[in-house]
Amino acid sequence: MFGLDAVELARAQFAFTVTFHIIFPAFSIGLASYLAVLEALWLWTGRDVYLNVFNYWLKIFAIAFAMGVVSGIVMSYQFGTNWSVYSDKVGPVIGPLMAYEVLTAFFLEAGFLGVMLFGLKRVGPKLHFLATLMVAVGTLISAFWILSANSWMQTPAGYAVNADGQFVSVDWLKVIFNPSFPYRLVHMVLAAYLTTSLVVGAVGAWHLLRNPHLPGPRVMFSMAMWMAALVAPLQILVGDQHGLNTLEHQPVKIMAMEGHFESHKDGAPLYLFGWPDQAKGELKWAIGIPKFGSLILKHQIDAPMAGLDTVPRQDWPPVPITFWSFRIMVGLGMLMLALGLFSLWERWRGRLYINRGLHRFAIAMGPAGFVAVIAGWVTTETGRQPFTVYGLLRTADSVSPLAAPAVGASLLAFIIVYFIIFAAGVLYILRLMAEPPHAGEAGPSSEPPLRSAGVTPAAGVVQGAIGS
Amino acid sequence: MSVAVDLATLWAFIIALAVFIYVVMDGFDLGLGILFPLFPGKQDRDVITNTVAPVWDGNETWLVLGGGGLMAAFPLAYAILLPALYAPLIAMLIGLIFRGVAFEFRWRTRSTRNLWDIAFAGGSWVAALAQGIALGAILQGVHVEGRHYAGGWWDWLTPFSILTGVSLVVGYALLGATWLILKTEGDLRDKAYRISWILLVLMLLAIAAVSLATPLLTIQYAQRWFSWPAIILTAPVPLAVIGVTVLLMKNLAQKHDGWPFFLTLALFFLSYAGLGISMYPFIVPQSITIWQAAAPERSQLMMLPGVLVLVPLILGYTAWAYWVFRGKVGHDAGYH
Repeated sequence: MFGLDAVELARAQFAFTVTFHIIFPAFSIGLASYLAVLEALWLWTGRDVYLNVFNYWLKIFAIAFAMGVVSGIVMSYQFGTNWSVYSDKVGPVIGPLMAYEVLTAFFLEAGFLGVMLFGLKRVGPKLHFLATLMVAVGTLISAFWILSANSWMQTPAGYAVNADGQFVSVDWLKVIFNPSFPYRLVHMVLAAYLTTSLVVGAVGAWHLLRNPHLPGPRVMFSMAMWMAALVAPLQILVGDQHGLNTLEHQPVKIMAMEGHFESHKDGAPLYLFGWPDQAKGELKWAIGIPKFGSLILKHQIDAPMAGLDTVPRQDWPPVPITFWSFRIMVGLGMLMLALGLFSLWERWRGRLYINRGLHRFAIAMGPAGFVAVIAGWVTTETGRQPFTVYGLLRTADSVSPLAAPAVGASLLAFIIVYFIIFAAGVLYILRLMAEPPHAGEAGPSSEPPLRSAGVTPAAGVVQGAIGS
Repeated sequence: MSVAVDLATLWAFIIALAVFIYVVMDGFDLGLGILFPLFPGKQDRDVITNTVAPVWDGNETWLVLGGGGLMAAFPLAYAILLPALYAPLIAMLIGLIFRGVAFEFRWRTRSTRNLWDIAFAGGSWVAALAQGIALGAILQGVHVEGRHYAGGWWDWLTPFSILTGVSLVVGYALLGATWLILKTEGDLRDKAYRISWILLVLMLLAIAAVSLATPLLTIQYAQRWFSWPAIILTAPVPLAVIGVTVLLMKNLAQKHDGWPFFLTLALFFLSYAGLGISMYPFIVPQSITIWQAAAPERSQLMMLPGVLVLVPLILGYTAWAYWVFRGKVGHDAGYH
């Protein structure tokens, strides 16, 4: 189907479903923390504006979270349906990490979500805040485990191979805290925070453009711009460190990201733009700064850098995708830094809520976090090809023994279904965003949800049955 | 290697427990979706979705634990069964997607609410049918060569798997109807009583049909159930089914709102125990035992403290969430 073989179809399906999925965690990790901060501010100061903004974003969170949950279940089954050889070989190492993600994170989020969404009047503000906090902590724990699992596939450590060809752990701490994990975790959590702050900032700016005196949008915009101003520069530093770590453990990925087809004995250039030609093995129309690549990656202007000409062709990643997605991510990161600095300048001049140019810039940057997150993941995931477990298990050797038409049909189904769901979800979220938060803004539960019947025998039975 | 043997059995029990909790908790959610076409009124539908709105997400997480736990504890079984069940599993996932987002989306639109109601019902039907078909396909066995699934991508489709698929739809619908008896009142509850009677009859027929068809699949199942002395252990299961059914009928007739749901769960438990008796110790029937599929001891050991400590904790705060939203849900109230 589509002229692709079964492996390419399975890869396309995984890429499509995981790209769709990551949009929602990237948003809900940041948004859950933001909601916890808003509720804390409300409890602390007693100012209604924080509760209004909290309830406003809570409704949006409910939609985004549901979309994250249903697209996430697909991921947890797709390893087996489409990557069965990988699952058999890698399951003993990756499986326990994912099982811990379910046990420590998914249940925590799901268990407290209902109270967070609908329970404020039932349990009171303090217990409700605890529920919000649990959901926020759950999203971070989830990030911890899944990024550990992903990082292990990038930089495997603490393993051996048994007689059945399965990877087995010899040291769980080395497996979990594998070399690239700390960098990837920090980079991704900051990315989620940055993504959320850009969305919140854009919504605030949109309403400030219409009325700069609205209290809710002022709170949102001010908080979001602080976040952007603080986190964007931090993220660039962390990204740099992550890159150095990648150079140490996955140098071929760096070669693809930098467009270094040929080796440079005394200082490699930093290519800003160019057209990677994978077949010819050259970067066409390259524009670069001489020696700057070595300066950034080795912190030494004349340091020699090996290129893809030192790597067998069959181990090359798809260079054009890796090269360009990396530039998209970095370019957007620079724009985020610019927005943060611009907002600091305008805040200092006392024009944060009235500078229409700043507001328009913030609106334009609203979706930038999502694009940067996806571009970053495309960089790291295509850059480690052609392997699923880096250097050890090839992607082509990981796939399920399925006929191409089966995979083609499911891919087509996922594309159609996801576009319907995505279009509807985005429409409903944008509709909520089109209104500013009002005084007395209602959460997902505007009325007491259940008749206050108190303790019924039936409810007691529910309690007993679930608890036993 | 006695430790490894015990671990594999323990993990088989843990995975089976996770799947059973999933069936218990998401079964009635899906049942509500299956029954949706019988309740066309907007008010009724709002009440029905409100009875599960705060908890459906947690209910569905047990399915993730079942899948993720299988990969972690029995990677070989995960690697063989999931490709074998490709089409039904993809259908289930897509059904669950529509069902899940419909919970949120149907509150966000007036003009297309009906479409999301159709998505809610359709998603529930497809997911339930697909789960039942997958169960039947596992029971009838899959073609294995070496460490791989070696069959085609339509092997799962047989009269037997269709029977188990329809049976599970009926069973979930009965769970949904008795859940409504527990959680609603007035006309809605009365209608749920009437539906429950019909569904109970259908469910008994389904249990009988699956019970009779399973031993015909292979001689191993027949020996497991009917050979002496195994029959001492297996005979109580059908007897208990009869006992629970009598109790359920009595409670339905006397309109004790609190009990039909839990007695239906008991029927599910007995059917599930019957499945366990048929399959044990195979995890891929007739091909792979739990010991052959078990992950290395270190992997199973690593997860054990997590399960032993966290699952009780999870059940605890899940119970708390149910407790917060306890009681009947009326027409005048809504979460949204």
